Amino acid sequence: MQRLHLIEKLRVPLMLAPSLLILTLLFVGGLVVGLGQSLGYMPVIGLNNFTLRHYVDVLTDNNFLQSLWVTFRIAFFSTLFSTVLAVAFALILRETFVGSQLSTFMFQVPLPIPHLVAANGIVLLVTQSGLIARLLATVGLLNSPSDFPVLVFDRAGIAIILTYLWKEVPFIGLVVLAVLKSVGPEFEELARTLGAGRWQRFWFVLMPLILPGIVSTSIIVFAFIFASYEIPLLLGVRFPTTLPVWAFNNYRDPDLNLRPEAMAVSIILTVISIILLVAYRRLARYAVTA
Amino acid sequence: MNKSWRWLAVIIIIVAVLAPLIPQLIWSFTFRWYFPSLLPGVWGTQAWEYVFSKSSRVGEGLINSLNLALVTSLFSIAVGLPAARALALYEFRGKSLVEWLLMVPIIVPGIVVIMGIHILFIRYRLTGTFLGVMLIHLIPCIPYMILVMSGVFANYGTALEDTARTLGASSLQTFWYVTLPGILPGLLVATMFTFLISWSQYVTTFLIGGGRIITLPLVLFPFIGGANHAAAAAISLVFVAPALAVLIFISRSLATESSIMGGFGRL
Repeated sequence: MQRLHLIEKLRVPLMLAPSLLILTLLFVGGLVVGLGQSLGYMPVIGLNNFTLRHYVDVLTDNNFLQSLWVTFRIAFFSTLFSTVLAVAFALILRETFVGSQLSTFMFQVPLPIPHLVAANGIVLLVTQSGLIARLLATVGLLNSPSDFPVLVFDRAGIAIILTYLWKEVPFIGLVVLAVLKSVGPEFEELARTLGAGRWQRFWFVLMPLILPGIVSTSIIVFAFIFASYEIPLLLGVRFPTTLPVWAFNNYRDPDLNLRPEAMAVSIILTVISIILLVAYRRLARYAVTA
Repeated sequence: MNKSWRWLAVIIIIVAVLAPLIPQLIWSFTFRWYFPSLLPGVWGTQAWEYVFSKSSRVGEGLINSLNLALVTSLFSIAVGLPAARALALYEFRGKSLVEWLLMVPIIVPGIVVIMGIHILFIRYRLTGTFLGVMLIHLIPCIPYMILVMSGVFANYGTALEDTARTLGASSLQTFWYVTLPGILPGLLVATMFTFLISWSQYVTTFLIGGGRIITLPLVLFPFIGGANHAAAAAISLVFVAPALAVLIFISRSLATESSIMGGFGRL
């Protein structure tokens, strides 16, 4: 009887242990080493003293604010547009109509496709000699590629944002769609009998139901884009770069003395990301209770 | 909802989804394609010949990518499934802390961690090894497995399992005949997520693989935005094919089982 009791007691810890062990060992291990290097502690190249110099260097760098702004702008607009479009499409796809099954399937297609494939496709679509420019030239709206606006390697990061939109709209949309389908039409019909208009039904009935899903997924999307490296490197301008590109370029440099700065940039990036997301979540909670 | 609005939305979805895929399909069979022709002047299979040649390393990348994604997914199931069940069905002290620890890699940018782990892995000789790359892929994969499956477990509940146990089924029988069939659609979707997360990794494989583990994203990367559109398109299509095949399998459960995608709302 005593043994059975012990097994019961150990059950939950045993179920959790493998995941917790792997994630905390890797995650905390990596974080501690990264933090140490950002503080200038790098025994491999003879740096044994802790210093805040690299943080000061990064924060006082003339390009820092510009890079931060570019990083934030891309992540913010990608997330905002993705979320709005996702909710709009989810509202349409929740109903059953001729072609709704096909549309839902098509809507899912970008979900499994890697970001790099999306980026490659967007490039071939929107460069100055891309498919869209060719279509416009065919119908006579365009004479030469230079008449087409620069959308790749541009300062506004249009191609980067388009790539993220293509990938993230279905992700957020499918989560919202799942919630909408599980709710059913009862609440809305009740609201309608009580005299609520279409806009009121959306804002006061559906919105509170889908808001947790919207907040969670937009947090995931923002955090992912804010720290991602590949797409801004491939489709963005060389200057000003985003913070992750700055960090990784420094990190990959053969000169090991640039590594503490790379780590400092990444840690500043992480802290800013967490502050923004905590503030956003607070705001969303406040909006629900208000 | 107004009918014409609905049709407009359907057309937008179909056109927008296909738009970046169609030029890749055309380019992969292109030899010469000058502006402003809508279709290539000279078609050709040179890009595909390059893809199938040994020097392109596409074959090697494909095999490595598949192996990594499969092993990472199996590992994520093995460690993530019990954790998801514990979080969904048991109350215990420190639960919110545990939940937070397991979800942290989804929300906290991995950039510091990846670079820090790179240094650790150099010390423990894990860079350039399959094991090292798999371990780093596990960091984003395990949390997604737990996130999706804890939603599925919570939705499935324990009523059916309790009935089976009362009727004399062993715990193994209960799992195999009652629990597994119930959670299978969710498990397939969660496994698809982990497979695709591993499948799409670039930076982590690049750093930890140290040039010795070549995967498809590493092969494709240098071609994007470059001059050789045909090769970029053909490699890209090889990279996308398994992902689309996976979707066809799970598309239905993705659309009909609300607990699966709805799980993301619990974060």
